[in-house]
Amino acid sequence: MRTARPGALVVPLFAGLGFVFLLVPVAYTVLFSFNDAGKTNLVWRGFTLDAWRNPCGAPQVCEALGNSLRVGLLATLVATTLGTMLAIALVRARFRGRSAVNLLVFLPMATPEVVLGAALVAQLLSLRVPLGFGTVVAAHVLFCISFVVVAVKARVASLDPALEEAAADLYASPWQAFWKVTFPLLLPGIGAAALLAFSLSFDDFIVTNFTSGGFVTFPKFVYVSATRGIPPQANVISSAMFAIALVLVVGTQVTQAARRRAAR
Amino acid sequence: MSLTAALGQRGTTPAPPPTARRSGYRGLVVPGVLYLVAFFVVPVAALLATSLYTSVPGGELGQYAPALRWQNYTEALAQFWPQLLRSFGFALVATLATLAIGYPMAYLIAVRARGRPTLQGVLLVLVVAPFFTSFILRTVAWKQILADDAAVVAALRWLHVLPPDGRLAATPAAVVIGLTYAFLPFMVLPLYAALERLDPRMLEAGADLYASPVTTFRTVTLPLSMPGVVAGTLLTFIPATGDYVNSSLLGNNTDTTMIGQVIDGRFFRVLDYPTAAALSVVLMVSILLLVTAYVRRTGTEDLV
Repeated sequence: MRTARPGALVVPLFAGLGFVFLLVPVAYTVLFSFNDAGKTNLVWRGFTLDAWRNPCGAPQVCEALGNSLRVGLLATLVATTLGTMLAIALVRARFRGRSAVNLLVFLPMATPEVVLGAALVAQLLSLRVPLGFGTVVAAHVLFCISFVVVAVKARVASLDPALEEAAADLYASPWQAFWKVTFPLLLPGIGAAALLAFSLSFDDFIVTNFTSGGFVTFPKFVYVSATRGIPPQANVISSAMFAIALVLVVGTQVTQAARRRAAR
Repeated sequence: MSLTAALGQRGTTPAPPPTARRSGYRGLVVPGVLYLVAFFVVPVAALLATSLYTSVPGGELGQYAPALRWQNYTEALAQFWPQLLRSFGFALVATLATLAIGYPMAYLIAVRARGRPTLQGVLLVLVVAPFFTSFILRTVAWKQILADDAAVVAALRWLHVLPPDGRLAATPAAVVIGLTYAFLPFMVLPLYAALERLDPRMLEAGADLYASPVTTFRTVTLPLSMPGVVAGTLLTFIPATGDYVNSSLLGNNTDTTMIGQVIDGRFFRVLDYPTAAALSVVLMVSILLLVTAYVRRTGTEDLV
């Protein structure tokens, strides 16, 4: 099957072009963190490590980063907690209105961000709530919950209910059965959902733009400075985050591969 | 719950037996539901209300009074239907492009690399790698890649795809390229998930029955990957319609303005809340109608 069919190279060729398309802007972003840019990082002017030596050198850039990290961590914590609870109940419990709750969880995902932002700002304006850190966190929790529910639900559904029954048969209370059996088995799924929530929150622009007022997150900083030239420090921060995430992900991949080899 | 299913919650959830213990989990929905009601249902209701407000005679800019002014809708549509239609058009083209580019990628990862977990892992990391850098910075990178004096435009001119003075910067094409790029991973991942579940014996059976690879693909692979196609197209089309980062950074503001830009501008620059709210409601309702019709039509309800 696998040997030289005439069309066998077509898929890798087209897929390869797709990967190039996907990764060229990433390479561009990293490359321009080394640009001797001065203030406007638009054309390549030569290699320098200046921005890497001084990542907070541009005004506001590290403040924006700090804001994004604080929003991301808090929103992830709340969204993961609420979303995990919802996911467990939606899979395991039978109750009236279950399909209504499913719809309620699904709808924010099927609503474009600009509408979520407009709805939140309509509500916040009418209540005269000042826009800022709190409103951004609240908005991020909203759009993260649905994704957490989807991710964790898949994990709960793949879990054999017999495990809990076995725990019950061994005289574990429901509380013990949950924390000693169900929760540890769900933990990888919950962790993945939390990472997803954090990356959604950290990179969000549209909802943030509507709900933030004068509060500046990292994406908002980049967007606002795009018109007058983004300082290379923004590229440095983005590239550093990229490197950290890549190391984490590749690290888990390698451990998984090692575990597979050990299991064989 | 066909809609829920379409967005990738295809892990079949068997109806749990109604034991007393299981219903103990019931209370877990309460905080999440309260949150979604407070920060989604109530705001959407506020949006609906705002879309009917009327301006206060002699009032300040941005001052409105509750009313049932349905003309807000007709006026908003009369003024902004081109931007609304353009948003759907751009999103549709971008979605089709992500499908065309993403399918071979997902197929390579799920089918060709089957049984090689390390290779699959590496390729999947490459698909999600863009998420690790800033979305806005990557969009700005496209602006530089598609600039008049950059290699891409020069190559396209040389290939006569573009006329000698043709350009991509600030054109609808640039916006569609940006949208395609931005949402490609959202297409690849569900396609991968669907193709991964494909039983390779099905493909072998196709070959054993003397089907050409193309016929096998058309009659076996593609139909079985439909849940992934539906989930991927929804995850691409919905956010692409409302996006305005690409159209404002890569476009030129006259023949590329998308509806998100209009809503943002009406809210924050003109303080015309009723028009912004009416356009938001129209966008949300159109998308829900389109999605429902699409899910019905593709028959994903039966597939799930």
